[in-house]
Amino acid sequence: MFGLDKKDTMLLLLVAALTALAPFLLNPFPEGSAMAQFNAGYPDLMQRFVIFGIFAIGFNILFGLTGYLSFGHAAFLGVGSYAAVWMFKLLSMNVLPAIVLAVVMSGIFALLIGYVSLRRSGIYFSILTLAFAQMMFALAYSVLTPITGGETGLQLALDDPRILDGAVAANGNIPVPGLFGMEMRDSVQLELGAWVFTFNFGYYFSALVMLISFYIAIRIFRSPFGMMLRAIKANQQRLNYTGLNTRPYTLAAFVISGMYAGLAGALMASMDPLAGAERMFWTASGEVVLMTILGGVGTLIGPILGAGAIKYMENIISKINSDILHSWFAFLPDGLEDLLVTLVYPFIGKGWHLTLGIIFMLVVIFLPGGLVEGGQRIARLFKSKKTDRSAPKPQIEPGE
Amino acid sequence: MDAIILQILNGLDKGSAYALIALGLTLIFGTLGVVNFAHGALFMIGAFCAVTLSRILTLSHVVVDSTKTDFLGRPLEVQVPYVYDIFGEATGAAIIDWAVPLSILFAIPVMLMVGVAMERGLIKYFYKRPHADQILVTFGLAIVLQEIIKYFYGANPIPTPAPSAFTGSFDFGAILGFDPNTIIYPYWRLVYFAFAAVIIGAVFAFLQFTTFGMVVRAGMADRETVGLLGINIDRRFTIMFGLAAAVAGLAGVMYTPINSPNYHMGMDFLVLSFVVVVVGGMGSLPGAVLAGFLLGILESFASMREVIDLIPGINQVIIYLVAIVILLTRPRGLLGRKGVMED
Repeated sequence: MFGLDKKDTMLLLLVAALTALAPFLLNPFPEGSAMAQFNAGYPDLMQRFVIFGIFAIGFNILFGLTGYLSFGHAAFLGVGSYAAVWMFKLLSMNVLPAIVLAVVMSGIFALLIGYVSLRRSGIYFSILTLAFAQMMFALAYSVLTPITGGETGLQLALDDPRILDGAVAANGNIPVPGLFGMEMRDSVQLELGAWVFTFNFGYYFSALVMLISFYIAIRIFRSPFGMMLRAIKANQQRLNYTGLNTRPYTLAAFVISGMYAGLAGALMASMDPLAGAERMFWTASGEVVLMTILGGVGTLIGPILGAGAIKYMENIISKINSDILHSWFAFLPDGLEDLLVTLVYPFIGKGWHLTLGIIFMLVVIFLPGGLVEGGQRIARLFKSKKTDRSAPKPQIEPGE
Repeated sequence: MDAIILQILNGLDKGSAYALIALGLTLIFGTLGVVNFAHGALFMIGAFCAVTLSRILTLSHVVVDSTKTDFLGRPLEVQVPYVYDIFGEATGAAIIDWAVPLSILFAIPVMLMVGVAMERGLIKYFYKRPHADQILVTFGLAIVLQEIIKYFYGANPIPTPAPSAFTGSFDFGAILGFDPNTIIYPYWRLVYFAFAAVIIGAVFAFLQFTTFGMVVRAGMADRETVGLLGINIDRRFTIMFGLAAAVAGLAGVMYTPINSPNYHMGMDFLVLSFVVVVVGGMGSLPGAVLAGFLLGILESFASMREVIDLIPGINQVIIYLVAIVILLTRPRGLLGRKGVMED
């Protein structure tokens, strides 16, 4: 289907089904129950899942295929956000022109930065991209305040021109981003017994965009262009010696992944029309690296999994407080309960970053292939056990 | 002229911090070939050594002073640090006043231990892995260390004053023949610069004039051959890692009076220090020091009012701009050796 082989089609359909059913899947616990805090099926969080999924998919096209570790990718996310908000201010609250402008602008920035940075590789490339991103962050924060809103960020205002649909909505408020009459924040709630499921238009729009980006990513992975990028990762020197200029390929990968980041930024601005410089800070760049690594570098599904896992944990873990912990360990004797709570407490709530750092280190140390490799290992474990049982006699392997 | 001298002086203290951190980074890179993104965290841990020591010294118990009364007429309760009980009031007060310089003695063993533990516990498993993995794992470590510090010390900057003997400013202008009060410079920054110079000198002397240093330099040039000669080069490199951690830690200790330590100071300095290392030349110790001071001074020139009026925002980006220009025109860095990380 769509020019994909059977396995990839299955993968695409699986992701499509997961995203379509996410409001159900992420809300397994009834409303008001003790476990309801583990529900993630509310629009704001689901939107973040898919948006960061797009960001990570794009980052993976660069890092996963070519091996170039960019530490400044958040800059393109920021550019995308700013471009989208400007489109909302000047032209229309329709998200399509905003997304188009964001992708184009981030593509241009990626072209310029990539052209310079890709002259070096390895750690120099990382530091160059980091330097560019930090520069853009510093400028957005200070000198470019008329364009970026500086510290307060870029926000919509009542007196914006909005040439196409007028500055003020019918009710006298600032209009909200939408798509041909549908507002991004429109939601339908479905109550089934104790469960409440929310279907949000913004989420489904972002999910559709993510599926399209995922499809494009699969096509890139399977194309001759993708093969070339992998060859660059495997041995760039050898490619150069065969008389091939690798730079156009790496530059194309860089621009594509920058455009993905810009797309994610535009969607972020579409869900909540506001853009701030902190989106470009280098910790934000670090975050997308974490997502890709956690999920699995160079795999198709990995970045989406990683983005989902990190955003889920961020939301859930930072919500847990000591009262909740006490109620969890209430079945234990008092002394033991307090001890456990004190032990766990540093890792929850505001300690989320500590947990994140530890998970990240553990993944890099023990599971460089991320969650995908973890899944494969577990699958192999089960498989080998099964084969052991069915074939107790050692089989003779044919020589290669 | 006086403005220029003032800017050079202003750049020196920040430059000293850059130079010290970059020196440690380069030591680690040159010996172990590891790109250490957690080096900023070591700088921060050093700063918090100073905070910890000054907290230990000011641990106090309550004594009722019957001669004085508070505003309600009750006998006044006075907090008396234990140090006063041990050394007497005058000496005790002096010790607390000198908490930051005293922290040097406290920080050296702590940082050596932290450094060696880090190398033995984590970094040694990453020698054979790609640089990207090294960056990532030390980046994760940096997050963890900084969050641990945040958990114990809170998120707010903790003011740690310099000894009162150094609180004033030094009037350079008067010495150099300018009008008084045109070039004034805080004493502590002068101390910091002198301290940095001593540390840098000590590291170079250690590498240049001791047998241990000679072996380490030989190992930096050709690790395998030194190993084949029957020298346990790994152990020496571990010690060098501890030393680099101590250098970063000391830079942090002495920096506390200039900038109140907070948990993300390490990250703030780390990015810049990496830029410094790259500008100086990966693996070149003199390059790191030179680039550190150079960039510190450039940064302070760029924050002059006249320059900012000319090119707005230049003070924010000058270091990155220099790094980009250097990397593109002279990829090896200012004093980089041939063949180090040239890919």
